[in-house]
Amino acid sequence: METLVALRGLTVDFDVGHRVIRALHGVDITVGKGEAVGLVGESGSGKSVTWLAALGLLGPRARVRGSVTLAGQELLGAPARALEAVRGRRIAMIFQDPASALNPVHRIGRQIGEALGLHRGLDGGAARAEARRLLDRVGIADAARRLTDYPHQLSGGMNQRVMIAMALAGEPDMLVADEPTTALDATIQAQILDLLRELRRDGGMSMVLISHDLGVVAENSDRICVMYAGRIVEEAPTAELFAAPRHPYTSGLLAALPDLDGPRRRLVAIPGTVPEPAHLPPGCAFAPRCPVVLPVCATAVPPLESAGPGHRAACVRVRRAVAA
Amino acid sequence: MNAPAAPLLQARDLSRSFRVRRSGGMFGHAAVLHAVDGVSFDLTPGRTLGLVGESGCGKTTTARLVLGILTPTGGEVRFEGAPVPAPGTRAWRQLRRRMQMVFQDPLGALDRRIPVGQQVMEPLAIHGAGARGDRRGRALELLDAVGLGASFFARYPHELSGGQRQRIVLARALILDPTLLVCDEPISALDVSIQAQVINLLLDLQAKFGLAYLFISHDLKVVRQISHEVAVMYLGKIVEQGDPDRLLTDPAHPYTQALVSAIPVAAAARRRPRLILKGDPPNPVDRPAGCAFHPRCPAAVDRCRVDTPVLKPLPDGRLAACHVAHGEAGSARLVA
Ligand SMILES: Nc1ncnc2c1ncn2[C@@H]1O[C@H](COP(=O)(O)OP(=O)(O)O)[C@@H](O)[C@H]1O
Ligand SMILES: Nc1ncnc2c1ncn2[C@@H]1O[C@H](COP(=O)(O)OP(=O)(O)O)[C@@H](O)[C@H]1O
Ligand SMILES: [Mg+2]
Ligand SMILES: [Mg+2]
Repeated sequence: METLVALRGLTVDFDVGHRVIRALHGVDITVGKGEAVGLVGESGSGKSVTWLAALGLLGPRARVRGSVTLAGQELLGAPARALEAVRGRRIAMIFQDPASALNPVHRIGRQIGEALGLHRGLDGGAARAEARRLLDRVGIADAARRLTDYPHQLSGGMNQRVMIAMALAGEPDMLVADEPTTALDATIQAQILDLLRELRRDGGMSMVLISHDLGVVAENSDRICVMYAGRIVEEAPTAELFAAPRHPYTSGLLAALPDLDGPRRRLVAIPGTVPEPAHLPPGCAFAPRCPVVLPVCATAVPPLESAGPGHRAACVRVRRAVAA
Repeated sequence: MNAPAAPLLQARDLSRSFRVRRSGGMFGHAAVLHAVDGVSFDLTPGRTLGLVGESGCGKTTTARLVLGILTPTGGEVRFEGAPVPAPGTRAWRQLRRRMQMVFQDPLGALDRRIPVGQQVMEPLAIHGAGARGDRRGRALELLDAVGLGASFFARYPHELSGGQRQRIVLARALILDPTLLVCDEPISALDVSIQAQVINLLLDLQAKFGLAYLFISHDLKVVRQISHEVAVMYLGKIVEQGDPDRLLTDPAHPYTQALVSAIPVAAAARRRPRLILKGDPPNPVDRPAGCAFHPRCPAAVDRCRVDTPVLKPLPDGRLAACHVAHGEAGSARLVA
């Protein structure tokens, strides 16, 4: 598959005044043309920071290093103008809370219109017609009338659809959806995930879907990257990740999900919480919570190594299994 | 079936409406919103009733009615066989020791300026329970029961993770030895991995203290994990009620079917055909006539538009309010 976006050795350091804290420790993610990649991990793992950093959205207190390429073109350190031409136009991002991402004092139609003007130079009647088509496309009934609504007049699910319509305004090559359904009800979540699936199928758009819930990304990703404490700890094709997880953290996330049928079993919770970036344990950051920890785990960070075709995991047990 | 134990909590035809201003136009006009409309259920000591449904269906209002924080506009709540007294009265305050509540947002429930151990002890002081010298020891016992050590006593809320804060809220709710805990979306704001911790903790506490739970959630798979019985609400009414496993494997009401099929499933082999509902639930002010679900229902027939179905038993003992599920729909499909 042709590579669209590649993050290589991405690190992020936050200047918090009295010191500098590293939140990302060298992240590699590749997204192919038309591919959907899931990014999973508990809150605080670094999922949002990864993509905000890649798109140059972290602000002056963050120092980003490594490489981010789009169709081979380097984005890190690129001039502001070049980045602006990419954001929204070639890579669009939507977030968990649509209400706070929309401007409360402007009508929906005007906000989509602005995106259309910025990215595609449309205005006037052409912009209005296209805004209507986009609302229609994301499944908003009575699109013409909705254009004159304000965000507060719409439900959470409708606002998320509006956000998706704005993201589509630039006809992007890739959509990064950061927990797009976490704040929504189950039935509305199903609607939005269904919409994302449909858009991807129709348009050949690449997608990165971020969630703390493996169930949410399972149905919408070709491949899944699992993130923990600022590192990718496992990466595999979706079916393979569920059938044969190799990192104990991935197994832990799977075991924590309640089943829908079969006998009820006690959930296996992962004890403790994600360490803060400023208080990482030595060696493997997951070691203090790991049910199968070994003494060696505290001595060095395990590298992400091959665990089969297209499958990589960062756990000393993987290397042992390969060596044996 | 065995004779059921005497119920701890009974809701009988419970209703609550609010006067609201309908938006639209320059001034809007007054309207009545039926937040809860004829809800009945029993809860036996030591058991869990799960209450599920989308935002706005009346779950929190039901919880507040049960606790007597809100007075019903119709029907009644009985606790241990007696009506719940009027809020604010001495009798009600006495009763509130036995029924406690846990909310979704633990940070909002805690005071940021006070160490969490003090906050766990606080109900003892408010109710003048226990000798002053014993209170600290009791708080430490509860911290231990919720899986937090004594070292947490002096910490402040912002120094804790979301899951740890919810444990503190639980410890505080349990310190007066309640028999009923009303949990309103207690884990909805937590990561999946931390949700599992709190679910296990709730199950352990139930086994240890014989607590009954009214457990509110919009997540059916979480509710199955914790409940002995589940009630599904839609626009203020219970539309299906019964055994959690039956509800998930063979939902009778089309709304329950939609909720079940909306659950994302990790394993591809276990995926079922998805039934995607159109649109959002309607505003309860504009409650559709007949069965309130009929405009979104893929199985609706003409009768559903005019005739409100009552909640009654299906042959397998489970309750459902649906003409179609009861085979009483006639043959005419609804032409939209
Ligand atoms: N602007 C910032 N300054 C300092 N630390 C930050 C900043 N943004 C994020 N972080 C920290 O980086 C870590 C990763 O955050 P984030 O990427 O938001 O996690 P996730 O999206 O996986 O929940 C967290 O510990 C968070 O507190
Ligand atoms: N004090 C109130 N005044 C007016 N309307 C209310 C009030 N409390 C709740 N409602 C309305 O009642 C309905 C049910 O609300 P609620 O019980 O909070 O639902 P849920 O907890 O299931 O999301 C909603 O439409 C809500 O807006
Ligand atoms: Mg995030
Ligand atoms: Mg509620």
